[in-house]
Amino acid sequence: MSTASRLDVIKPPEPSRAWTKQRIVGYFLVSLWGLAALGLIIFLVRAWNPELFSRYAPSYFSGLIITIQLVGLSLLLGALLSLPIAYARDATSKWAAWPSYMYVYFFRGTPLLAQTFLIYYGVGSFKSPLEALGLWWFFRDAWYCALLAFTLNTAAYQAEILRGAVKSVPSGQWEGADSLGLPRLLTFRKIVLPQALIVALRPYGNEIILMIKGSAIVAIITVYDLMGETRRAYSRTFDFQTYLWAAIIYLAIVETLRNLIEWIERRITRHLKR
Amino acid sequence: MPMLSKVSLALSAAAFALSLGSAQAQDKIRIGTEGAYPPFNALTADGQLVGFDIDIARALCEEMKAECEFVTQDWDGIIPALQASRFDAIIASMSITDERKQQVDFTDPYYTNSLVFVAPKDSDLMPDNAGDKAIGVQEGTIAAIFAEENYPNADVKAYPSQLEAWADLQNGRVDSVLADFGVQYDWLETDGKECCEFKGDVVSSDDKIAIAIRKGDTALAEKFNTALAAIRANGKYAEVNAKYFPFDIFGE
Repeated sequence: MSTASRLDVIKPPEPSRAWTKQRIVGYFLVSLWGLAALGLIIFLVRAWNPELFSRYAPSYFSGLIITIQLVGLSLLLGALLSLPIAYARDATSKWAAWPSYMYVYFFRGTPLLAQTFLIYYGVGSFKSPLEALGLWWFFRDAWYCALLAFTLNTAAYQAEILRGAVKSVPSGQWEGADSLGLPRLLTFRKIVLPQALIVALRPYGNEIILMIKGSAIVAIITVYDLMGETRRAYSRTFDFQTYLWAAIIYLAIVETLRNLIEWIERRITRHLKR
Repeated sequence: MPMLSKVSLALSAAAFALSLGSAQAQDKIRIGTEGAYPPFNALTADGQLVGFDIDIARALCEEMKAECEFVTQDWDGIIPALQASRFDAIIASMSITDERKQQVDFTDPYYTNSLVFVAPKDSDLMPDNAGDKAIGVQEGTIAAIFAEENYPNADVKAYPSQLEAWADLQNGRVDSVLADFGVQYDWLETDGKECCEFKGDVVSSDDKIAIAIRKGDTALAEKFNTALAAIRANGKYAEVNAKYFPFDIFGE
């Protein structure tokens, strides 16, 4: 098709855009948001304190690194752990399905904060048995306790995401592969999983974002993540812009991830575009 | 009774109630405290506030003939809550520091504090070697600042409340806890009796504890100061002191 022929296409006229009530309310609400954002920027510019910045910027940065390490590693380990859980969840054997169901039920049904406390203060109070087992070095460290709690928590969510996505692939795909004589593992890897991942991508993205925000609770078990550093800075300065900066950094991370996930989605669904 | 006088009676009753209400509101002082800092301020199992700070506050209110109401608030938000008028005064063993003085005003001090280390009995920890190990402190206290400034190599772990720092001392996650003498003393008399003891002398002393009030609220500060001088003179302070500590806590 040449460009000339495209120009010949007769388009319907643009519908006239009337100033309806909804449109006016919409513009009004958007401008309210705009004003709030402007107010925030003006506040930050006016409250800008180079001394505060030079004193706390390095610790915010180290806190950010801790947050990223903790969340990144627990998401990765949780992904690995979610594979057997998701598999066992639909197993025909009751002995596999029930524990897996209970695991997911518990970790999705209780707050992450409670799980973190249970592992840090609860398990941590059994010092001598843990020492006898040679595990105390692990539970002594707040960072490892947080990693364990986050991994166990995210594994439950990721198992459900994975299970749902695999189930969403029509059974005809399995049957078709079967009729071609493909082994089941190969079918899963090459046919089912790629289709399931398209479905799973958005929920995975949500889970990552929730973990990043949820990770802020480690500050109360003495891990100096981004939130921990913020609390420390606040307790020294009593200046609430310390919390504002933390919020802006969290927002920036989430926004970056959101765009990244959208880019991945565009990439893996390009065969579906018409 | 004719209708008109009924209305005027109701109105005057309402006016009376209003004036009474405003008079009460004026005399009612809301006092913010943490409630997790025994024996100074702590919550009992049934939710009652008890402790040295609380008894002193009650004695002061009695002296000022004011009605007082206690509000509990986590330590790291206690100064913002005062500034936001959630309460009118903080009586929660708060030390006078330069950073805090920029945010709030303080009354005359009502006791003197010092910092001291506590560690397990079998530990050879002393103030001069505490810096090689993990020190537990409460976030936002002078102990936290002192530990960071004086023990740069130490692994300083800061907890939201003092109770959690002790819990981790018993769990063995920190090698020592640095905190106010008064709280450490009480803990060693009670829950920490079995495990731990004081290590060495106090590391910092002459730290003054006072009531914090909103900046510029000098009328309230004056009232507290007068009442404090009065309970010091009439023996009420000594009575409260003796209830909690066998030593003089006022200092000087």
